[in-house]
Amino acid sequence: MSDRLVVNKTYKQFIGGAFERSESGRSYPVAGVGGELLANAVQGSRKDVRDAVAAARSAQGGWAGRTAYNRGQILYRVAEVMESRRDEFSAEVARAGDGCSDEAAAQETTAAIDRWVWYAGWADKFATVLGGANPVAGPYFNLSVPEPVGVVGIVGFGEPPLLPLVSRLAPVIVSGNTAVVLASERCPLVAITLAETLALSDVPSGVVNIITGHRDELVPPLAGHVAVDSLDLTGCEPDMAADASRQAAATITRVVSASAAERQWADESAQSPYLIDAFCETKTVWHPKGR
Amino acid sequence: MTDLLAVETPAGAADAVAGVRITPVDAVGLEQRAAALCTRSIKTSSKAAALDLAIRVMDLTTLEGADTPERVEALCTRAHHPDAADWSVPSVAAVCVYPELVPVAAEALANSPVAVASVAGGFPAGLAPLEARLAEVAWAVAAGADEVDIVLNRSAFLSGRYQKAYDEIAGAKQACGSAHLKVILETGELGSYDQIRRASMLAMVAGADFIKTSTGKIGTSATPAVALCMAEAIRDMAEQTGRSVGLKLAGGIRTAKQAWHYLVIVGETLGPGWLTPERFRLGASSLLNDVLMQRAKLRDGRYQRREDYSVD
Repeated sequence: MSDRLVVNKTYKQFIGGAFERSESGRSYPVAGVGGELLANAVQGSRKDVRDAVAAARSAQGGWAGRTAYNRGQILYRVAEVMESRRDEFSAEVARAGDGCSDEAAAQETTAAIDRWVWYAGWADKFATVLGGANPVAGPYFNLSVPEPVGVVGIVGFGEPPLLPLVSRLAPVIVSGNTAVVLASERCPLVAITLAETLALSDVPSGVVNIITGHRDELVPPLAGHVAVDSLDLTGCEPDMAADASRQAAATITRVVSASAAERQWADESAQSPYLIDAFCETKTVWHPKGR
Repeated sequence: MTDLLAVETPAGAADAVAGVRITPVDAVGLEQRAAALCTRSIKTSSKAAALDLAIRVMDLTTLEGADTPERVEALCTRAHHPDAADWSVPSVAAVCVYPELVPVAAEALANSPVAVASVAGGFPAGLAPLEARLAEVAWAVAAGADEVDIVLNRSAFLSGRYQKAYDEIAGAKQACGSAHLKVILETGELGSYDQIRRASMLAMVAGADFIKTSTGKIGTSATPAVALCMAEAIRDMAEQTGRSVGLKLAGGIRTAKQAWHYLVIVGETLGPGWLTPERFRLGASSLLNDVLMQRAKLRDGRYQRREDYSVD
């Protein structure tokens, strides 16, 4: 029997529901735990960021327009599809992470799946918890409703590569936002495998877009983009976060970053309805009471 | 005029219209050349100039059944000063409307360098009775149109009644008087590049000041290959008769990137002499916003948001 050539996966970016190479045509090597070459990831450019934001922008109205119940179903579907590919995720987390045992990788995968389910459940409940009827001095119904801010840029946390990504992404999209995610620079491959499950889970095209590449090249155009409404800088080093915040301020973009408690990724403190609220605007409506 | 019939001679005989030769088109070569011109990289300083040129040659168009006088007035304001916050942005070349709205546009643009263009002649099919079409052309000119866009009679052209198609364009040219005549070929309905080349020659010989790709009312509109095909026809015409005819591309041109691809095609085929509003136009409605967004990107270094620009 002849030796078979291994068919390796090409890890491409996820933009507007399609897996694409960079507009720039570049790639960079991604090393595993022992320094061995895992794959060549796409080295995205500012134009890929531009395309991803455009895709997120055009998908946002339709996604927010879905019923909350339907968004919950779709997020639960993501968990279902991840569950069926659990071994693949665990293996990939183990290969990428520093000194990550197989057992720890399996635990992280389980926690990531459970986190999707947790946020899926919140889809049709957070509006009741975060909003509601306000007592006012006058004959009015006064209602506060949280609404999605729009397009959210997420600078992904480095390691471990899977659970923090899910922990920051799920609360963003559950309310009807769309996201442009900059995957971890050192461990980008799991993010692309996650994109494959999103593509198969009825998540509409453009709701989640994932760019891989170098931070110093991708964060400034994302932070400065006028069409990005909110930024999650959890994965940024302090210097880069300061620059990005300055860029964001110039276009009135809200900046969010995970607290120390939220960075205990495996704990319950990393999940909260207030994280959904961080990417919502509260709309308050006054309506005269009838007689 | 007997030469016109030479078009209908058997295959192998010289193809010509009114003495002007019509050479066959190499479709594969044409598409390859058009694609190659569209990959040309454009540097930042040239981009800025190309964006301003794209605005200066633009025919800002609204051709909807729902056009109101107010909407046309708003469009005219935008045509004169495309960016209310930045008056260094040049005015567009013309505003293109239906004949009924020409008086509104003419009044709104009276104190501006922007011309008024009107579609006429049974737009978009061109199959109204000839008298009615010619009357519509004359009416639009009398109402204040500086330029008139008519459609080629594809029914006549595709069935080989070239003389009829020719006579109708010549009639419209007369009805136009001093106004400029643009002839829309509706290339998406002509079927082949050879037919597009033939229709281009026929329209130019019949007196068109401009030849134009499309009405924008059918699915297939201007493509780079079609633009190149028509530009080559114009070049042949200029070489054979010394007459310079303009080119107007319309339909489906929505992004600044497409616009500068077309500028490259025209510049490379016809030379810089054609990169002026007198000889080149881009008919578009949503293109202007994208060009303004790219202009702002060059100025501020930030990608812009569509919501910050006008709806129409």
